[in-house]
Amino acid sequence: MKRFVLRRLGYAALSLCMLSLMIFLFVRVTGDPTVLLVEPGASRDDLAALRTELGLDRPLVVQYVSFVKDVVRGDFGRSFYYRTPVLELYASRLPNSLLLAVAAMAFSLLIGIPSGILAAIRVGGWWDRGGKIFGLLGLSMPSFWVGLLLILFFSVYLGWLPSSGSGTVLHVLMPAFALGWYFAAAHMRMTRSSMLEVLGSEYVKLARLKGLPEALVITKHAFKNALIPVLTLAGINLVLMVNVAVVVETVFAWPGIGRLLYEGVAFRDFPVVQATVLLSGSMIVVVNLVVDILYAVIDPRIRYER
Amino acid sequence: MSVSPAPAAPTPSLTLGWRLASLRAKTEGLPWVPIGILATLVLVAAFADFIAPHNPEIGSLGQRFKPPAWSAGGSMEFLLGTDHIGRDVLSRLIFGARISMMVGFTAVIFAGVVGTALGIVSGYLGGWVDHVIMRVTDTWLALPALTFAIFLAAIVGPSEFNIIIILGIVYWTRYARVIRGEVLSLKERDFVRLAIVANCSKWTIMRRHLLPNVLNSAIVLATLMLGVVIVSEAALSFLGVGVPPPKPAWGLMLADGKKGLMAGYWWLTVFPGVCIVLMVLAANLLGDWLRVKLDPQLRQL
Repeated sequence: MKRFVLRRLGYAALSLCMLSLMIFLFVRVTGDPTVLLVEPGASRDDLAALRTELGLDRPLVVQYVSFVKDVVRGDFGRSFYYRTPVLELYASRLPNSLLLAVAAMAFSLLIGIPSGILAAIRVGGWWDRGGKIFGLLGLSMPSFWVGLLLILFFSVYLGWLPSSGSGTVLHVLMPAFALGWYFAAAHMRMTRSSMLEVLGSEYVKLARLKGLPEALVITKHAFKNALIPVLTLAGINLVLMVNVAVVVETVFAWPGIGRLLYEGVAFRDFPVVQATVLLSGSMIVVVNLVVDILYAVIDPRIRYER
Repeated sequence: MSVSPAPAAPTPSLTLGWRLASLRAKTEGLPWVPIGILATLVLVAAFADFIAPHNPEIGSLGQRFKPPAWSAGGSMEFLLGTDHIGRDVLSRLIFGARISMMVGFTAVIFAGVVGTALGIVSGYLGGWVDHVIMRVTDTWLALPALTFAIFLAAIVGPSEFNIIIILGIVYWTRYARVIRGEVLSLKERDFVRLAIVANCSKWTIMRRHLLPNVLNSAIVLATLMLGVVIVSEAALSFLGVGVPPPKPAWGLMLADGKKGLMAGYWWLTVFPGVCIVLMVLAANLLGDWLRVKLDPQLRQL
């Protein structure tokens, strides 16, 4: 177990190193980084002075080491636009993103789990086919278009919900649905296949042979066990939702991390862009690590693999 | 030992009826709906200059926000209405099909070539090459695709060409993973071992023996990726880091349409979205069909 955890930790550390290296290199390989790292509107003399000040004339290796040092210290530079440290900015937006992600997750589970169970109970039936169509639509309808349609219907025609901003429960409904929509399809498919697997198992057969009513077999014996993989997926997806909400947050002017990334790009505020991307990747690496380790704790078979 | 020549197949009478029957047998079970949608879009994209009733990039402000022909205030001149600077929506949609097709197909092929090549090399050579390529793939996959694409777009700036390169850079890993897995099992098969015995070079084995065998999977993946890439392009254009204005990309049209959304100019939001969904749906349906048809191993993907 100790060796497994250590190896996983090593992989995660390696991933983080490569992630930072990748971002570092992309910025420097694709042209003159001064244009990105120095505030727009600086004069040519300023540029030359700042290049030396930022140390862009030093060898790449030296630059990378100091870049990593800053990142580890939590120093991502200052935002050109907001004039505050980027990390503070990020921390102030994170709660909004988490709120949106949790609400979106609630939507996606409320839609995904019941429809997945129904599809599994009636394989090949009407529900199953409907679920397949829903899954395909979920995959094919871009979340931002769903968001725009929601605004059109609920804000413009019905006038029930505010079209943008944040603050009340009403504000969170539409962005959460638009974001959860795509994941609902994924959760449905996972619930369906996991339910099918459990329904074919020996203990469900036994429960049925015992003469338990089918409703009890499904709710008490099958559903609870089928839920485990679905919840794991949901946990990973929650972190993903925090990080993929750029377009939905832009549509609804929701002040989360995605919106921060968008503003960074729109205002040519490169320190913000760089920090958001780096933190987003790191968050996912860490979650994958945690999931791997938790799985190994629960299921000893995984520990001895590889 | 002599091999007697196989008896010649009885030549069927080449009547029209027989030909039709054979055609029907060959095309049976083809997914006509997605093929129809994609074929229509390809034709529209190819002949955009002849079909489009107006110039997609020039409008007149006097004609702004005209509703579609069938609603009150609309005219037959602008069948699907006009946008905030009086450009014809239908013409923009038609030329937009060309942009989506071009960006979608080229990016998918670019990503496919890079990903397949690296997948084969990684799977066949193994060892440290495999380790390096797979670690890079892992790191790549840790970044959400759209975030990664936005990051790259912020560095290089928006243009159609840049978008293709960016999407290729972001999505090659999807191929590399799957293809590597296939190569790992293929390389244990007899035909590869025989090729080694026959003193084929590694390069020849990868090119002549492995590549043709993973091509099916690569094509299935490419079809499925087409939808993903088109949605990504639309999202990037919507955010203003994709295809630059005044080009008529569908995502850009949605961004423009948002300006008239609160005033209830629904046609600017509904039509471009419908086009995106149709195209992505067609690609996904075709991909699903191909997956079952060509590659049973990928069914649970």
